[in-house]
Amino acid sequence: MTLHVDTPAPARPRAPRRSPGHRGSGRGGGLARFDLRATPYFLVSPYFLLFAVFGVFPLGYTLWVSLYDWELAGDKSFIGFDNYISLITDAAFWNAVVNTLAMFVISTVPQLVLALILANALNKRIRGRLFFRLGVLLPMITSVVAVAVVFTQLYGRDYGMINWFLGLFGVDAINWQNESWTAWIAISTMVDWRWTGYNAIILLAAMQTIPKDLYEAAALDGASAQRQFWQITIPMLRPTIIFIVFISTIGGLTLFTEPVLFDGNPTMAGGATGQYQTVAMFIVKEAFRDFDFGYAAAAAWLLFALILIGTLINYSFTRRIGGNK
Amino acid sequence: MLNSKRHGTLAAVVVMTAAALAVTSCSSNEPAKNTAASGGSASEPVTITVQTFGGGANFGYKKAVETWNASHPNIQIKHENPTDRFEDVFLPQLLQRLQAGSGAADVVGIDEGAMGLMKARPQFFADLAEYGLDKRKSDFPAAKWENGINKDGKLFALGTDIGGMAMCYRKDLFEKAGLPGERDEVTKLWPDWTTFMEVGKKFQAANPGKSDPKFLDGPNTLYNVLLSQEAPKNGNVNYFDKNNQLILESNPAVKTAFETVKTFSQAGMTAKLASFTPPWNAALKKGGFAVMGCPAWMVGVIKDNSGPGNAGKWDVAGVPGGAGNWGGSYLAITKQSKHPKEAAEVLNYLTGKEGHVMAFQEANAFPSSIPAQEDPAVKDLKSDYFNNAPTGQIFGESVKGLLPVFLGEKHAQVKTSVEKVLEGMDQGSIPYDQAWQKFVEAGVKAAG
Repeated sequence: MTLHVDTPAPARPRAPRRSPGHRGSGRGGGLARFDLRATPYFLVSPYFLLFAVFGVFPLGYTLWVSLYDWELAGDKSFIGFDNYISLITDAAFWNAVVNTLAMFVISTVPQLVLALILANALNKRIRGRLFFRLGVLLPMITSVVAVAVVFTQLYGRDYGMINWFLGLFGVDAINWQNESWTAWIAISTMVDWRWTGYNAIILLAAMQTIPKDLYEAAALDGASAQRQFWQITIPMLRPTIIFIVFISTIGGLTLFTEPVLFDGNPTMAGGATGQYQTVAMFIVKEAFRDFDFGYAAAAAWLLFALILIGTLINYSFTRRIGGNK
Repeated sequence: MLNSKRHGTLAAVVVMTAAALAVTSCSSNEPAKNTAASGGSASEPVTITVQTFGGGANFGYKKAVETWNASHPNIQIKHENPTDRFEDVFLPQLLQRLQAGSGAADVVGIDEGAMGLMKARPQFFADLAEYGLDKRKSDFPAAKWENGINKDGKLFALGTDIGGMAMCYRKDLFEKAGLPGERDEVTKLWPDWTTFMEVGKKFQAANPGKSDPKFLDGPNTLYNVLLSQEAPKNGNVNYFDKNNQLILESNPAVKTAFETVKTFSQAGMTAKLASFTPPWNAALKKGGFAVMGCPAWMVGVIKDNSGPGNAGKWDVAGVPGGAGNWGGSYLAITKQSKHPKEAAEVLNYLTGKEGHVMAFQEANAFPSSIPAQEDPAVKDLKSDYFNNAPTGQIFGESVKGLLPVFLGEKHAQVKTSVEKVLEGMDQGSIPYDQAWQKFVEAGVKAAG
């Protein structure tokens, strides 16, 4: 395995030792060989060490905690899989799952479609192309907290700008936090505002790798721009689309900051009846509001499973994009 | 680079956690560093960290700490106030540090609502009797003293402020609605909750428009006022009985408070705001409502949130239905403190007459200490922001004859959960006829 790594660089300084005499002494050669074999591992180890400390260990520890009735700064006792069993029958948990999935769908689908349209537009010869390309990235560099705070004020019931605008058309003030679907929409707009441009730029980069002669050949055959888009661009983008769908799935299912700040205070309740409580919020609420560590750890593992399932489902969908048409 | 995309949300969480950790480690390192430095010789000054919570002037310890530090070169107080939120920020952090065995301050503030929880965890706090603080018993009303004794029967916390109870109201809005504006007349207007309702009807009739102010802010403040009055009438318990069994459903105090809130909400007299949220703050500033249940510390909250532009518009009147207490806090010494003896001196000072009086002047935190209550600086204090209302006298009256109310180990969690249901009912996401059932369910779940 190690020999696959590029070795010339470490090998070069050893060059003068190539004399048979040195090789005969064995010891130096062994050290060199050890060096040759060990160095690559040594060089890649920081990542794996950090991953072990901040990735593998918490994962394992969470699993261990999830098997206990573990109260923060209190008693703990081993209860096996009881936490998982009560979670599966806990309506509040499923409410959080439904909210998370709903917001994932409401935010991600328009986001990716919009990103695709944007990327296609930015790929054309338009005036001020650089300006627009940089412009769509701007929301990305805004702090997520700032975005959520500003949007929450825009959606304010009494003094919010959106209700003021709707009021011009005679619409009664909407209490956006009050109903599930209004809250879902409000939170989804925050997510979309921040991430659409980012996806567009990734798709744009992928579009630019598509060979131009494909389009020229299609144009010669009389394919319209729309047809070129569906028959060439989309299929060629497939790996990139799979990638952004994966990343969006993980991000969408761990949605946290926006709904927390939308609530106004960090109780993690997600509205009076949990109208927009996500699974991530549910976990934090159980662990740090109700001090039930074991239960929260079990919920974290179920979220992990949920993300795996979600990613697999999305993969099976996206791999068919532009398949056998 | 690429896969940092959606990790953005993840990253936000990570960053938040990291920030929380950073805060933890900063605040935890400093006392450790100081104690390490001072460990060598006795002549070097000892630093005692005091951590409290609350917005604005919070515990009102600025002047008290400066005064102490000026006269005690060997024991320096370092006062930190990391957050304005107790239940959902300060308390979980404190518990984590207690369990970790490091990072907690020497002296920590604890809100009344979490005293049940802390009483059940005697292993984390120093026994104050070891430092002679059990002699302070006669300084405090029984209600405050008894709550500082843990399940092992040891004294672990002494009282800081006490809530008391009054009503804060917008004088200008009252006069605009054709109601009397003077505080004594207003107090006479509502001897009980029935007459309070009548006043509300009159106020609302004069403010029929959609954007006109409402009589009350929302369900939370009203509910807490009512519960604080009802609990002493029903065995001095609210969500839990003295064996820590949940009695939410059977305690008439809870039911009465709930039903009264429901009546006011149904009558359309609330601005449908949950307290301590940004919209609530905005409404305080813009005059979105006229009356609010007002323990002493709330006076400071109103002043900070309404801003200087509303000075003189607010006033303080008596509360319908008699005395009660909402809130108030305690100071305790953590067992992990390296200098419990010096910490005890600091605690003794802050909960003593001098500390109490300064805190009252600074943050309107009404003293639980009896000598401080009787001090002219407290008794005769008037609040210029509140139209020169004699807050010292009003709150002093309201805490006379206060009885100790038992709060269970999970009081804070149950309180947060059931009040969420009240908010939902008020704002319309829970129908009125299902609200009590949801209220009980939420309480049972939080207690479980």
